[in-house]
Amino acid sequence: MPIEKFTKLVSSCVPLPIENVDTDQIIPARFLKATTREGFGNNLFADWRYDKSGNPKEDFVLNNPRYSGKILVAGQNFGSGSSREHAAWAIVGYGFKAVVSSFFADIFKNNALNNGLLPVQVSKEFLQKLFQAIEKEPATEVEVDLENQTIRILQEGIAESFDINPYKKKCLLNGFDDIDYLLSINHEIEAWEKEHA
Amino acid sequence: MAGKTLFEKIWEKHVVTTVEGGPSVLYIDRHFVHEVTSPQAFDGLRNRGIKVRQPQKTVATADHNIPTLGQDQPIRDELSRFQVNKLAENCKEFGVPLYGLNHPWNGIVHVIGPELGITQPGMTIVCGDSHTSTHGAFGSIAFGIGTSEVEMVLATQTLLQNKPKTMRINIEGELGKGVMSKDIVLYIISQIGTGGATGYFVEFAGSAIRSLSMEARMTICNMSIEMGARGGMIAPDETTFEYIKGREFAPKGADWDKAVEAWRQLPSDPDAVFDKELTFRASDIEPMITYGTNPGMGIGISKSIPNTEDIEEATRPTFQKSLQYMEFKPGEPMLGKKVDYVFVGSCTNGRIEDLRAFAQFVKGKKKADNVTAWIVPGSRQVEAQAEKEGLRKILEEAGFEMRQPGCSACLAMNDDKIPEGNYAVSTSNRNFEGRQGPGARTMLASPITAAAAAITGKITDPRDFL
Ligand code: SF4
Repeated sequence: MPIEKFTKLVSSCVPLPIENVDTDQIIPARFLKATTREGFGNNLFADWRYDKSGNPKEDFVLNNPRYSGKILVAGQNFGSGSSREHAAWAIVGYGFKAVVSSFFADIFKNNALNNGLLPVQVSKEFLQKLFQAIEKEPATEVEVDLENQTIRILQEGIAESFDINPYKKKCLLNGFDDIDYLLSINHEIEAWEKEHA
Repeated sequence: MAGKTLFEKIWEKHVVTTVEGGPSVLYIDRHFVHEVTSPQAFDGLRNRGIKVRQPQKTVATADHNIPTLGQDQPIRDELSRFQVNKLAENCKEFGVPLYGLNHPWNGIVHVIGPELGITQPGMTIVCGDSHTSTHGAFGSIAFGIGTSEVEMVLATQTLLQNKPKTMRINIEGELGKGVMSKDIVLYIISQIGTGGATGYFVEFAGSAIRSLSMEARMTICNMSIEMGARGGMIAPDETTFEYIKGREFAPKGADWDKAVEAWRQLPSDPDAVFDKELTFRASDIEPMITYGTNPGMGIGISKSIPNTEDIEEATRPTFQKSLQYMEFKPGEPMLGKKVDYVFVGSCTNGRIEDLRAFAQFVKGKKKADNVTAWIVPGSRQVEAQAEKEGLRKILEEAGFEMRQPGCSACLAMNDDKIPEGNYAVSTSNRNFEGRQGPGARTMLASPITAAAAAITGKITDPRDFL
């Protein structure tokens, strides 16, 4: 599946200042029975977002009209737990294009990148400042510049650079997908198989 | 030049090529597939018009989404039935061997791989499931992947992977009475946290690890993902070879001798250097129990829940939210807390040894009236073995019922859900909010700590009965 290109994003943010948000919270297991990639956005954070009768819970951030935007800002160790890619599909399906945290779980990071969702890992200090800025002014805008690998809180003028694997960066900037690449080196895989038969 | 680690030896042997400044292309020896994380990957192949490159290196089972009662009947839940049927159709279309529902080899993917001898030392093994780390107990590189990566492996038998850092965790000395391997791993996670090994592949070593059976080693590697590790592994030794020998897909005859010879070369060289090394004393570990909503929130069963002041400031909101969910208070003891459900099963503790330990503990005793217990074997073969050894009878006499194999209440995708607000002692691996059903409250523990809770109806130190 080709992924959407990612270059630069300017958006307000949705804050989720909780640590260790696991993929069971992002998308609970009972929603994993689907056999396609579509429709998971409606159930993103389902158990925090809706009450038992399916009504939105007022105190959850996705239901708070003060906050909106394409960037999710979360506490450290985001995406731990189950390897379910449905978590990335749910976040992308809801409309987010980037997730900012001071720490991401490994498998989640891969899954996000494979779906054109950019995980931006920042320092703990920057994350705190970002949470504070959003709390003070929910319309605070953040710029994520993939080419230059920087994230900037526009109103405050505070910026930080972030790391990304150069290969993955190229894939995102161009909308390439790993399978296209792997299929293109089929001759090398064949040679390896012969040698190790 | 320094020697090599177990991880490096296997990794280097499987690198097909490395992208400049990027990840390596890693060849995958075995790929396990299940119904939940594969349908979108098979669709991807169809969209691209390509086949499964190596169907014979691929094995499928249905486990996550199946009932644990009445497996001979069609699955009642429509969506579950559709997903399980989809797996069968996909396997048929693409020529992938499937041990589906009612097949004598059916079971949880991480239980059947080892028990069929498919899992072997020195291999690279992946599955669209984070607990693939279980297979590392045999001295293989095994890790969980997402669905896009499942498609990658189906299509090319390779994966793009960045080489993780290496960590060794040593457990030295002798384990105390009533301490099982589950307690070792819960203890490690409580010490280093759920992100403590993120970015690393962990080798577990030390005299306490060497002394463990294969089943017990699998429990530890299984939960390495809960400390954030990419995977866990244990060097193969005589215990490993003994376990594999004679199993269905194990090498036979001259091939066996050749294989063992190669496996003996795998353990980390004495002068190998790890990026990080930690050592714990086995004698510091007591039976463990979790009080919160991530596997790092565990304590020795005789201890009390930490006080808020003892928690790092940035983590306090998370700590408080967690205790609120559990309806526990900071500083409270865990002993004596009421228990409504006991779940014994999962790829962490659903193997024959776990059922034996549980059965031996409850033998001649009676289940507490206030407890509902679900004993779920990890596979058909475990179920058959339990039958053969008379475990089912022991369980029944003590008031317990053994169900049919599957993931069951470990993730509660099927009907096995702990009701809202109820407390469960579970031998599975995750105590996340709602993991065992919406509103369910999970306390992770070993099979014998679960047994002690099941017969007393409250959190009880299993050592009181030993
Ligand atoms: S038993 Fe639980 S952890 Fe293991 S594979 Fe099944 S759902 Fe995953």
